[in-house]
Amino acid sequence: MTSGKKILLLGGIALAVLGMTYGLWYAVFAEHQALDGIGASLSGAFSAAANRDAAASEKSLLQYREAKYAYDRQVDVHGHWIGLGMLLIVLAIGFDRVALSEKSKAFLATALFLGALLFPLGVLMQTASHGALPKAVAIGGSALVMISLAGMTLGFALNQAPAED
Amino acid sequence: MATLESLTSQAGEKEESLFAPMGARRLLVLTGIGMILVGMLFGDIFAVFVLHQNAARVGNSLAAAANAALAGDASAVGANFQKTGEFLENRGTKVDTHVHLIGFGYLALMLAIVQPWVALSEAAKRRLAWLFLSGGILLPVGVFLIHYVGLARSPLAAIGWASIFADAGGLMVLLAVIGYLAGLVKKFRGSGTSVQDALLRDRDATGRMLLAGGLMLVLLGFAHGAYYAQADLYRHEAADYNILSQMSSSAAAKSSAGINQALGDYGQLQGEKAVNIAAHAHSIEFGLLAMLVGFFQPYVSLREAWKRRWAIVMIIGSALLPACVLLELRFGLLAGGFADTGGLLVILALLAMWIGVLRYTGSLDAAALTAIRLGATQGGAQ
Repeated sequence: MTSGKKILLLGGIALAVLGMTYGLWYAVFAEHQALDGIGASLSGAFSAAANRDAAASEKSLLQYREAKYAYDRQVDVHGHWIGLGMLLIVLAIGFDRVALSEKSKAFLATALFLGALLFPLGVLMQTASHGALPKAVAIGGSALVMISLAGMTLGFALNQAPAED
Repeated sequence: MATLESLTSQAGEKEESLFAPMGARRLLVLTGIGMILVGMLFGDIFAVFVLHQNAARVGNSLAAAANAALAGDASAVGANFQKTGEFLENRGTKVDTHVHLIGFGYLALMLAIVQPWVALSEAAKRRLAWLFLSGGILLPVGVFLIHYVGLARSPLAAIGWASIFADAGGLMVLLAVIGYLAGLVKKFRGSGTSVQDALLRDRDATGRMLLAGGLMLVLLGFAHGAYYAQADLYRHEAADYNILSQMSSSAAAKSSAGINQALGDYGQLQGEKAVNIAAHAHSIEFGLLAMLVGFFQPYVSLREAWKRRWAIVMIIGSALLPACVLLELRFGLLAGGFADTGGLLVILALLAMWIGVLRYTGSLDAAALTAIRLGATQGGAQ
């Protein structure tokens, strides 16, 4: 098995396992609390408005915004790690059909694995910090994914004749 | 010393045994594509008959909650949010049914590809395939029934029978996947002999087109997601908060006009978010589907010209749906109609490929039956 194929296959399985483990932990220990928090804060904001308590309403809406911001990202991280893991495994199966040199293929596979790991990690970091670093990690990760996918698409398109396994 | 004929014959027998009647690979390929087809059809039916009506009910209950706040009725606010939760649960279980059927179909196709690397007996692989398929069907059916069964006759306080069956289905899928993974690990830790799989050796033009086209769709979907995250995501999140804030402050100020304006804006915002997420997700999912069925083109027993046509139809449909979904906000129902046509093209192409695989299994079985009859005739003559 070539190094590029190995990186994609093992990296894909590792990402899928990471995404599923994170999802299981999240579903059991965090999701219900998060959804309850979102529902309760939204309902609380309108109940406070009904009681003409503008300050309490505003406070509840701020809680809603924070809870929704974190919930959306936590669910996205779970979905993207598993989805990208599946994509890496499928690419590993067909990687010998990418008509590029082994060195280029190994580089593309490494870039794709790193991007697939870092992009959701950056999104997850945003739930802890609103600073520039998490955004930079997410943007850098997604750039790596797109560049490597573009290279592999080109490699698939160039493949005309059967290649050796 | 083995002759060329005997080696060729052995290879042919191995390939036939890999795709034997009721064999693991055949079961996983046929039911995997079938699950994706059923999941897509369910998604279409759900979109036409449930999604929009349900969205209207969610909007109405939110409006009722805002108006209850305007009237100063805090208990009615709570009751209307309770109703919103029920409508969202109805919607959520339908979406989960659609997503899990298609997701398990993808997983079945991936498991079918890796069958030659699973170091287990054919009987064990077949049992695992049945376990996977039973769980893969039980989970979405259970999830679909959650909204209707509720907690009726349930032995548990918070979880109903439908949820229990759905969880059992999930466990069956998990056990089957663990079984296949154990077989893969056994293979890689064993002798390390390379596996020659005729399915993956074949690189016809249609398979290459589906692989390259599928990966292009994945790339476009990913690029769109990145653009959305950069250009619109934060604006939408801020707008979500601002509109709800306007709604509650209008209710506190007894401004009916302010509430109506905010409700309209909120509906528009949810529409914008939904079309962007749907375009991103469908482009990537259809791309992955095109890549997966690209591997199975040697099993599609149709004329080469028709195989190519159906591959083109699948790629065009896969590109048309997300592109037109994005245009729905600007062109409304016209774009929606084109998006539905794109989805229909993907379903038709997938159905044609599924029929092609069925024809292939028929030809394999007919050849085996002819060989058995020929052997019996020759035996009788001797």
